Amino acid sequence: MKLPLMGVINLIHETEDMGPLTSGRCLATVPFGARYRLIDFVLSSMVNSGIHKVAVFAHTKYRSLMDHLGSGSNWDLHSKQSGLFVLPPSMEDQSDFGKGDLYQFYRHRDYFARSPVEYVVIARSHMVCNIDFAKVLEQHQARGSDITVVCKDWPDAHTGLTRKAKLDADGRITDMQDHFGRLASDVVSMEMYVLRKELLLDLVDTSLAQGKDHFVRHAVMPRLGELKVDAYMHEGVLGVVNNIPSYYKHSMELLDPKVWNELFFEPGPIFTKVKDEPPTRYRAGSSVTGSLVANGCDIEGRVEGSILFRGVKVHKDAVVRNSIIMQNGVIGERGLLSNCILDKEVEIQSDRQLMGASDLPYIALKRKVI
Amino acid sequence: MAKSECIAMLLAGGEGRRLGVLTKDLAKPAVHFGGKYRIIDFTLSNCVNSGIDTVGVLTQYQPLVLNQYLGIGSPWGLDRRSGGVHILPPYVRSKGGTWYKGTANAIYQNMGFIEGYDPEYVLIISGDHIYKMDYDELLESHKRNRADATIAVITVPWAEASRFGILSVDEQDRVVEFAEKPKQPNSNLASMGVYIFNWKVLKEALVRDEATPGSSNDFGKDIIPTLLKDGARLFTHRFDGYWKDVGTIDSLWEANMDLLDEQPALNLNDREWRIYSVNPNRPAHYLSPESTVQSSLINEGCVVRGTVNRSVLFQCVTVGEGSFIEDSVIMPNATIGRGARIIRAIVGDGAIVGDGCVIGSVDSEDIAVVGSGDHIEAETEREEVETV
Repeated sequence: MKLPLMGVINLIHETEDMGPLTSGRCLATVPFGARYRLIDFVLSSMVNSGIHKVAVFAHTKYRSLMDHLGSGSNWDLHSKQSGLFVLPPSMEDQSDFGKGDLYQFYRHRDYFARSPVEYVVIARSHMVCNIDFAKVLEQHQARGSDITVVCKDWPDAHTGLTRKAKLDADGRITDMQDHFGRLASDVVSMEMYVLRKELLLDLVDTSLAQGKDHFVRHAVMPRLGELKVDAYMHEGVLGVVNNIPSYYKHSMELLDPKVWNELFFEPGPIFTKVKDEPPTRYRAGSSVTGSLVANGCDIEGRVEGSILFRGVKVHKDAVVRNSIIMQNGVIGERGLLSNCILDKEVEIQSDRQLMGASDLPYIALKRKVI
Repeated sequence: MAKSECIAMLLAGGEGRRLGVLTKDLAKPAVHFGGKYRIIDFTLSNCVNSGIDTVGVLTQYQPLVLNQYLGIGSPWGLDRRSGGVHILPPYVRSKGGTWYKGTANAIYQNMGFIEGYDPEYVLIISGDHIYKMDYDELLESHKRNRADATIAVITVPWAEASRFGILSVDEQDRVVEFAEKPKQPNSNLASMGVYIFNWKVLKEALVRDEATPGSSNDFGKDIIPTLLKDGARLFTHRFDGYWKDVGTIDSLWEANMDLLDEQPALNLNDREWRIYSVNPNRPAHYLSPESTVQSSLINEGCVVRGTVNRSVLFQCVTVGEGSFIEDSVIMPNATIGRGARIIRAIVGDGAIVGDGCVIGSVDSEDIAVVGSGDHIEAETEREEVETV
């Protein structure tokens, strides 16, 4: 079924404070959930919703992004009827690099113009959720909204950096502030905006003509009175992952089977780049409990409450607790890890001990040998 | 290998009757193996890893699952602009058509396909075997010997030699005698069902065989003996890795258990020789705080809340609280309830084993089997379950 909606995943100036985890990659390709990258969640949601064309507006450090997305075949976006477009910054000169997303939408306006599709959804890569955009569009059309913003009523303490929104009784957004604002509201914006393509192109031209180049700050927030901007309330699980505490917190939430099931299967499956790893091998004497383990691991030691990405080796008598070990990590014999995040291909040599705190995990850089 | 120097013809029509309820809806090459794969993945991966990019897959019995699985071959990198994977079922011609009467007849009926690639050599393989082999080495030895045909052989224990096609060779590895399942074997070199032929030689032999009344149109029974009798240059190529025909429930179970050895003879983790398969793209598996898992292989999408020991769990298997699984193979999407005991068993894909069931036994010599899609009611106790 074709949905009259095209996708934009906007990586331009994504708000993030991920420290070493984004030193060599963009936020979109931060590994998450034992075998995924952050962008997989919104990208899979778009595809499962029936969206056939998705543009990823890349900005910086996008080698890992290109590598991960490839032709889009893992998301079924490689056919003649569909398409995945990775659009890096298009610039006249160096100074254009600092310009906002509206400028890049303008530079790549052919992407929008070439498609007959009537609506656009603009999303970010760091919202970990599983959502049906067809339902968002349905509400958008039913309410006659100009812009629909996907939001979540999220009163519990959240750790990621989010915009807050204030709604009136009808669900119309009356105020919206950046993450550092003081707006008192439990409603957070999931940074997903559905609007007619014509309206988007109008906002792009008008804003740029006024010397403004930031979609949310300059095109949406000042028009909350003039345009009908409604909230669509997301009921499913959510992780806003754009700093270390939120990365660690939302990763660990996956160890709750209810969250695991809902996030990865409902309403549709989350896809990622296929790696052809064999099943994970548990050896005699291993003990693994309360953990999420991807394929291709080889485990002889003890693992508790942890997340192991593809191809991790945990040697004999090693102990891994409350930690996240990314792809191809190696924990040597009798090594001890607690509250750690190891980036890809980190090697912990025999007898080494590394301890972080539950609110401040220890982070090891990619390919570090400790 | 150059593009059309050598193409592969993969015999995948095996019915696998001795696998009983596991092959009721699918051909033997499509049977699940090793926690993630289907049997045919091994030969297809061998082809691409050996540089062969054109593979004709001859299907016959229950082809639907296999056809769907192979698709356009992209999981193996066989979605090529030219070449790639081709599914070749028997088809009807203007003068009628027949099923493949035998392995040789299957190739005979597809001579047109082979001619289209105009190859120098044709590799004949079977989708029934589990092994990792570089066919390029086989081709090299074929060329070195200036052979008409080269047969890959493996040394088997003398006691088992009478179960195989046995070849006797001279010092140059040239075949002097071939005996299909001999009662008194003169050699313990068994044919692996992997052959390389000079296409010209094979073509002539196929045409002649087809015209021979009473021929069973089989490579082992007809083509090889006839070529040998006519003095063709037949050579063997010795293979010393892991090779297994998983034609029976016992051998299928054993081959899965072989993977659980400390140093398995068949290494699935070799990144230089990956075994490709259709990836289910499911999340990482979850082991609950109550779970115990040892000496096992577990694939994506599983949820384990019980005890799993010396077993192989395929994708998306759930194991309920308090369940105990030992020395067993649990195929994709099977659901094991709570407090069940499964010992020395194979549970087919999509099967549901209810709470408190007891399947198989430590004392039983036979492997208990739960058929694909079967639903075993709660509290059932059975040593051997095999229903269709």
